[in-house]
Amino acid sequence: MSVLAPSDHDEIQAAVAGALADGIPTEVRGHATRRGWGRPVQAEQELDLSRISGIHLYEPKELVLSAAAGTPIREINEALAAENQHLAFEPPDWAPLYGGAAGEGTFGGVIACNLAGPRRIQAGAARDHLLGFTAVSGRGETFKSGGRVVKNVTGFDLSKLIAGSFGTLAVMSDITVKVLPAPEKVRTVLVFGLSSEDARKAMSAALNSPSDVGGAAHLPAGAAARSAVDYVNGAGTAATALRVEGPEPSVAARTEALKRLLGEYGGIEELHTSRSRTLWAEVRDVHPLLPQGENLIWRVSVPPAGGYAPPPDAEYYTDWGGGLIWISVPASDDGAPPPPRVDGGHATLMRAPASVRGVVAVFEELPAGVAALSARIKESFDPERVLNPGRMYPGI
Amino acid sequence: MKMPAPDQATLARRQEIVAKLREIVPPGPLGDGVIDDANTLSAYECDGLSAYRQLPMVVVLPETVRQVSDILKYCHETGTKVVARGSGTSLSGGALPLADAVMLGLGKFNRILDIDYANRCVVTQPGVTNLAISDAVAADGFYYAPDPSSQIVCSIGGNVAENSGGVHCLKYGLTTNNVMGVEMVTMDGEIMRLGGKHLDSGGYDILGLINGSEGLLGVITEVTVRILRKPETARAALIGFDSAAAAGDCVGAVIGAGIIPGGMEMMDRPAIAATEEFVHAGYPLDVEALLIVELDGPAAEVDYLIGRVREIAEGLGAGYFRISENDEERENFWAGRKAAFPAVGRITPDYYCMDGTIPRARLPEVLTRISELSEKHGLGVANVFHAGDGNLHPLIMYDANEPGELAAAEEFGAEILRLCVEVGGVLTGEHGVGVEKRDLMGAMFTEEDLKQQQRVKCAFDPDSLLNPGKVFPTLHRCAELGRVHVHRGETRFPDIPRF
Repeated sequence: MSVLAPSDHDEIQAAVAGALADGIPTEVRGHATRRGWGRPVQAEQELDLSRISGIHLYEPKELVLSAAAGTPIREINEALAAENQHLAFEPPDWAPLYGGAAGEGTFGGVIACNLAGPRRIQAGAARDHLLGFTAVSGRGETFKSGGRVVKNVTGFDLSKLIAGSFGTLAVMSDITVKVLPAPEKVRTVLVFGLSSEDARKAMSAALNSPSDVGGAAHLPAGAAARSAVDYVNGAGTAATALRVEGPEPSVAARTEALKRLLGEYGGIEELHTSRSRTLWAEVRDVHPLLPQGENLIWRVSVPPAGGYAPPPDAEYYTDWGGGLIWISVPASDDGAPPPPRVDGGHATLMRAPASVRGVVAVFEELPAGVAALSARIKESFDPERVLNPGRMYPGI
Repeated sequence: MKMPAPDQATLARRQEIVAKLREIVPPGPLGDGVIDDANTLSAYECDGLSAYRQLPMVVVLPETVRQVSDILKYCHETGTKVVARGSGTSLSGGALPLADAVMLGLGKFNRILDIDYANRCVVTQPGVTNLAISDAVAADGFYYAPDPSSQIVCSIGGNVAENSGGVHCLKYGLTTNNVMGVEMVTMDGEIMRLGGKHLDSGGYDILGLINGSEGLLGVITEVTVRILRKPETARAALIGFDSAAAAGDCVGAVIGAGIIPGGMEMMDRPAIAATEEFVHAGYPLDVEALLIVELDGPAAEVDYLIGRVREIAEGLGAGYFRISENDEERENFWAGRKAAFPAVGRITPDYYCMDGTIPRARLPEVLTRISELSEKHGLGVANVFHAGDGNLHPLIMYDANEPGELAAAEEFGAEILRLCVEVGGVLTGEHGVGVEKRDLMGAMFTEEDLKQQQRVKCAFDPDSLLNPGKVFPTLHRCAELGRVHVHRGETRFPDIPRF
């Protein structure tokens, strides 16, 4: 398959115009680290954005950063860390989930997939931090939306549509995001030995307290055993983790408050900054389910107190206070298992062989009215379906 | 401001439309469902932007989602325009009626449906006020974070339509960051649910697009918002500087030190003087710029951070620094800022409130140029500023009874907004485009930018029946917008590397 690698915005526009003129379905990608996520794209050429790279505006006091879509996310994280700032939505590194090397991936990919880590419950997802972008639509036309300021209601918020569109609407060239101060200190309160139901209650109590919890996860015994953090892997039982972040006096006071609140649920331990960072990176990056060979991995978003139970034979852990469940199940004989049943939520098949992803609804099917509207939105940006055709849904 | 000419054929069908609407929404326990007499209609002739007035053709006040759907289906089939309205507090004319449109009022959708602490959310009908949501959960220690200054009256449905802000946006986000789900009816009568009590829904983020779409894409009939536990404590500091530049430096330095206050507001000397005279909040009168910086969170954090803010402010030459010692004093600090608009209203017959956002570092230069424009137009101006996020509210003082002053105020305002765009900012931070800034959209967007937005509008409402004449300066037909322009050959760059 031929690979087009434009080096600036005009070349992106020319590439898309060419694909449009010749009717060539085109796979849009950065480092292709998340290529295994979504339906297989039936493309005849690739549009590789990794040469369009570089941070061209970073003003820490204005809390704003703009960079080319193909900029390595690692480069952005490093630039922010040098100023004690970060992307508060905590973009996960799922490259290893798809067999890639950790640390790869582009800025554009993070935004296009609307990534979010454990801090989603407090700080939102990529969508909540995208301030504006410039792109080429599937019509081969350049357009921009948003700006470089947080307070902006000028025109439709196309940033929301682009975040999470998996490259099916337009090819971003430049992206502007809100950045935030990184917390000085991190502490984690661990509660040991809870059942998933008790864990949900404990996480709910913590999240409903004034302790401003910015991470609430539950690792059943199997998942806890795979952690690299000694207090977690050595417990021999389930570990429920609550994270607080901020200046030293604040995290100390909130940790004490959480320990008082959660003491009745089970044995308590406390992690300081370094171990906390390790544990939450594991939770963020699906580390507890990774060494599971060829298992299928599902990601299920539900109301945290909705009582969703994973399939009985599944390995799993939960994040977002019980609102996100990562599930690992063995591939069945026919290779196409039914998705976990979800009422009032959404299931995504995160990892499976392409043959399975071609026939299973990778993203749970949308209600008919929403599906029809989504198809019309696709049409408004990319009527000839040249960009990542079929990546999300058939026809989209 | 020129609105599209009313469609005579629609006006000729008025009696038929009224009769059909009465059939869909008969009189009920909450009163009449349809209003068509001129006297009662006059209550709906404007929203918060009262300079523009227009009697609606008819007002319909449905009570159920089914009725909303039937109204829209009927209007869709008959090519009748519809303008949705919540509490009518838009400051940009988002709910300005059209002479040939049905005004669809959501005021009877006034119930909170579900308070769900376990999932930390509230499900509510769209006509419920912003403040009523916080009030409903206050006794249990929760609140809804976005707090536009009209929160006593503005509806949550209107907040979604306008993506409303408030003084706490910097730390807690705008409406769009706090809405988890909606039920919406599109122009063809289709009822759909977007999002819910869970965070990820898959597919395009239509929910995010709806926030701030100014009533052009659908009618909101239910909203699920996230609620937050009230911070354990909050303390505010009043900080005075002898120049706006120094105050601006202080804002940047606080954020640069990694501190995100719950609220960070600035007022200039005219705004301080007007509010102090009105509210007696105890503001210093001998400073050029006053900051209100509020820290909220656990007591240990607030006490620690307010000390750091003090060090930063004094290091930058703050001549005045006072910390609230209790909640009463803190609320008093805010009372002046929150009354800034009416306070300015006391010292001038009329005022015109602008709403641009700028990159914060450009503040001193923007204030200087606003003061030059003030001299040029011969109109006074007071500035209040959501300093943390760069959202500027210049209040232009004028007298509508003086010939030419309204026009001068509008021109002054337009020049301020163009200035905001010129320095890298935007036309509107939280009040919306509506009719007010519609014709300025070209200052910020290219024709292609606007066409792509309008194509999205076409995906929802191909006949442009929902709130037409708002947001977009030029109306294009969807068929024309939909055409694909293929540039075969001429735009090929043979030198793009291929592998």
